[in-house]
Formats: sequence, C-alpha cells, structure tokens
Amino acid sequence: MSAVGGPGSERVRPDPRARGERLLRLAAPLAVAIVFLGAWQAFVTLNAIPPYIVPSPVLVARTLYADRSLLASSLGVTMQIALIALVLATLAGVATALVFVQSRIIEMSFFPYAILLQVTPIVAIAPLIIIWVRDTRIALILCAAVVAVFPVISNTTLGLRSVDPGLLNFFRLSRATRWQTLWRLRVPSALPYFFGGLRIASGLALIGAVVAEFVAGTGGQGAGLAYQILLAGIQLNIPRLFAALTLIALAGVAMFAATVALSKIALARWHESELPRDA
Amino acid sequence: MRAPSPAVVALRGVGKAYDNGTQALADIDLDVRHGEFLTLIGPSGCGKSTLLAAMAGLARPTAGTMAWWGGNLAHTGAAGRRIGFVFQAPTLMPWARLTANVRLPLTLAGMPRADADRAVAVALERVHLTRFADHLPRQLSGGMQMRASIARALVTEPDLLLMDEPFGALDEFTRQRLDAELLALWSAQRMTVVFVTHSIQEAVFLSTRVAVMAAHPGRILATFDMDAPFPRDDAFRVSAEFASHAQRLSACVASAGADAMPEAS
Repeated sequence: MSAVGGPGSERVRPDPRARGERLLRLAAPLAVAIVFLGAWQAFVTLNAIPPYIVPSPVLVARTLYADRSLLASSLGVTMQIALIALVLATLAGVATALVFVQSRIIEMSFFPYAILLQVTPIVAIAPLIIIWVRDTRIALILCAAVVAVFPVISNTTLGLRSVDPGLLNFFRLSRATRWQTLWRLRVPSALPYFFGGLRIASGLALIGAVVAEFVAGTGGQGAGLAYQILLAGIQLNIPRLFAALTLIALAGVAMFAATVALSKIALARWHESELPRDA
Repeated sequence: MRAPSPAVVALRGVGKAYDNGTQALADIDLDVRHGEFLTLIGPSGCGKSTLLAAMAGLARPTAGTMAWWGGNLAHTGAAGRRIGFVFQAPTLMPWARLTANVRLPLTLAGMPRADADRAVAVALERVHLTRFADHLPRQLSGGMQMRASIARALVTEPDLLLMDEPFGALDEFTRQRLDAELLALWSAQRMTVVFVTHSIQEAVFLSTRVAVMAAHPGRILATFDMDAPFPRDDAFRVSAEFASHAQRLSACVASAGADAMPEAS
C-alpha cells in the first residue's frame, strides 16, 4: 500500500480574495453616496428650496456638528436601548429555540404564538407595555426586544433542526446522549442560521427602540433620537430632524456591520457563506 | 485460512416492510462469519443498504430475528464488541479539524482526552492522513475525506466494520487505491467487514464472500466464495482468476434483473 501520490497537491489553498474586489466593495457604494449627495445639494441650491422643506446635505452636516452634544447623548440613549434589547432578544430567542427543538409537541404548541408576536405591530403593543412597566427605559427595551426576538427564534430553531442526517445517524450509532447530540452536533450546525437571524434582529432592535420611543414620547434627560425627531418636527427644525435621522441610519448600519463581523469571526474557518468566492 | 467461529451477525428470516407496503427486505437468512470480508451486491433498490443499516441497528426489521455475537445489539457495547460504520458520504463535521472528527466516537464514549488522542494518531497513521491532522474537511479532496471517515470508524478498534458504498462517489483511480488500502487494513486489523457496492470489480477484488441481492422484494439470490489468495494486488485485477470470478458474479447479477453492469476495467 503506497502513501498516496503527493497528498500535498490535493490540498485546496485558502486563496485570498482579490484586492480589486475588496476595493470595489468600498468604492462603489461610496461613489453612489457622493453622486446622490451632490445631486441633492445641487437640487436644493438651484431651486432655492427652503431648509424647512428640504435641508441641503451641507446644512444637515453643519447641524450635526452644531447640535453634537445633544444628538450624541440621544444617540447614546437609543443605542443603549437597542443593544440591550438585542442581547435580551438573542438570549430569549436562543433559549426558546433550544426548548422548541427538544420536542415537536412544544414547538407545535408555542410556535404560532411566536408568530403572533411577530405579526402584531409594535405600535399597538407599545402603549400597553409602557403602561404596565413603570420604568420607561425598561419598557422601551422590552418593546425593542419583542420586535427583535422572532428572527432569532425562527432561524435558530431551523438551524438546530438542519443537521446532516448522516452525522445524526453517526451520533446515534455512537450512542450519543441527547445532550451530546445537542451540544456537539445541533449547536454548531445551527450557528450559520443563528447569525443570519441575528443580522435581521439587529436592525429590528433599533427600529423597535425608535418606534417605542415615539409612542412613549420620553423627553428630558433620557431623550433618545426618536424624541429629537418628534420635537424637531414640531418645532419645524427640519435640519435637526434630518441630522437625527442620519444618526439612526448610521447606527443601524453600525449594528448590522457588527453582527456581520461577529458572524465572520465565528464561521470564517469553515462555513461556505464566509469563504472566499471562487473566481 | 480463517478458523470457523460463531457468527458475528446472524440473520434469520429477516424482513423489512415500509408503511407504504414496499417490501425492502424479505426472508433474509445470512451469517456474517468472523473475520470474513463479505460484500453485498445488487441493483439499486435491492435493499443492500437497508440490510447494512439493520446490521448497524439503524433500521429495525419488521420480521425475523437478528443476533450479534449471539446476543442482543444493546449488549454488544457492554461486551466490548464494537461496530464501525462508514457511510456513502464522508459525513464529517465541517467545523471540526480532522483530529476532532476522528476523535468523535471516543469523545462521545467519554474516553479521557489523552487516551483518545493516542488512538486518533494511530488511526490517522493507518489511513496516511497524519500530515493533515489539523486540516478542516473542506481543505481535503474527496478521497482524503473518505479516508478520514474510515479513520473515524477504525478509531474504536471495531470488531465489525460496516461500509455502505464508501467509494461509490470517487473516481476509478482513487477507488482502486482505497480498495487496496482497505484490504491491507482488514488483514492487519483482523476485523470482520460487510461492504456494500454496485461494482462487480470491487466485489471480486475485496471479498472473501459475495452475496448477490435482487429487488422486489429485496432478497439474497446466492452467495459466492471468492477463494483467491491474499494479499491481492493490481496483478490480481488482470488475472484469469479475477475474470472468472467476475464472470460468475455478473451472470448472477444480470439474472437479478440488474442495472449493475460490470464496469470496463
């Protein structure tokens, strides 16, 4: 029996992604932004549109700078609510999925209610939660978590069930316990699905935080970005409204990027979704 | 010559019917003898994989009785007897390095890490993958993944190795090489192998005995002793003895209404 003709040659090298593509990935959306902002600025300037209708990008930028301390503290409040809600939704969602996957009966009994939670508009539930929970901040966190929890539940449940049947047979043959099968097979198999759910949840947590704050209308010390938008709207301070809107959008992008990075760290080594694409 | 010993697996009147009425297996009488290399061959749908799954305890027969080393399958582990299984696909955990993949059955059995690692090193050595111990499955070719799968089955030092068309998806060259490696492992380990294939060439090259199966219902038509001496090498593949065995087998397989045609070698 010979030791395999040059086993080294059979290896697939993890080839680095082309530099050009990485550059394009950054440059292409940037170019779109520049063109869009330029057109916006030109449109506002040329037509002499008043800032209380549509402020120019330059004015929005200036407002961002001028109101930076007010907006930064509001951004902090909103981000804190969204992040705590996301963590809460992740923990609750994963726990629920783990329970669901233990038995079909439990899943069949409770999954419809998870869907019910998902399809009921948060705007409709938020007033109730705000009435029931004395602390407004906790109420806002709960609202945001309710919005964000569903994709975590449904994706993680799907992932925990999407196990290679051959491997499942191997675990059975090896007389693996239920716990071993869960921890060594189902959990790793579910990771790609879980991170997909987390990506969606990160955006939903922010939306939930903003919507709940709109409903609550909390002012004063703990005012978040939604309140700034409400107030700026009433005061016809449209440049500040746009500035707050910009910050919400950027916060959403940042949260999305963070979950993408997390997923990359966890899956880069082995999962298809994070592997460099073949040329 | 191997001395006659009690049957590793004894099947008496074993049948398997599915809920939709399909008779996957009917009235199978078969003794897997200690130390033999038994191959199950037949057209697709003849139930050879189902029969193998029954021997592994993965599929429960709906008729007849089965005994492993004269007893119940639930007691084989306690008696120190082990069954290894190699699937059609490598079925490795894509997130785990080769060592962790091969160590899996030992980890699941709760073996201490140091002992397990020693056994893993030996198993990887046997299939010539020592250099790739720290690789992930996706970094290996199909043939190497299959060898890793075999290492995972061998790491428990099984007394019975069940293999379900393990090399069916590989190219002919890789398959012949792995066939030769498998024979070397079999004679070195003195284990019993039950091997499923649809290749007559492979059956003749590997086996000490071949059971030809037919479909509708799945049953054993005949068994043939392959009495060509060991070790068998590439010269055996082109010998007159090989050809005559292959002819006998293909005649029988053809009578089974086979779509398992003898391959050009």
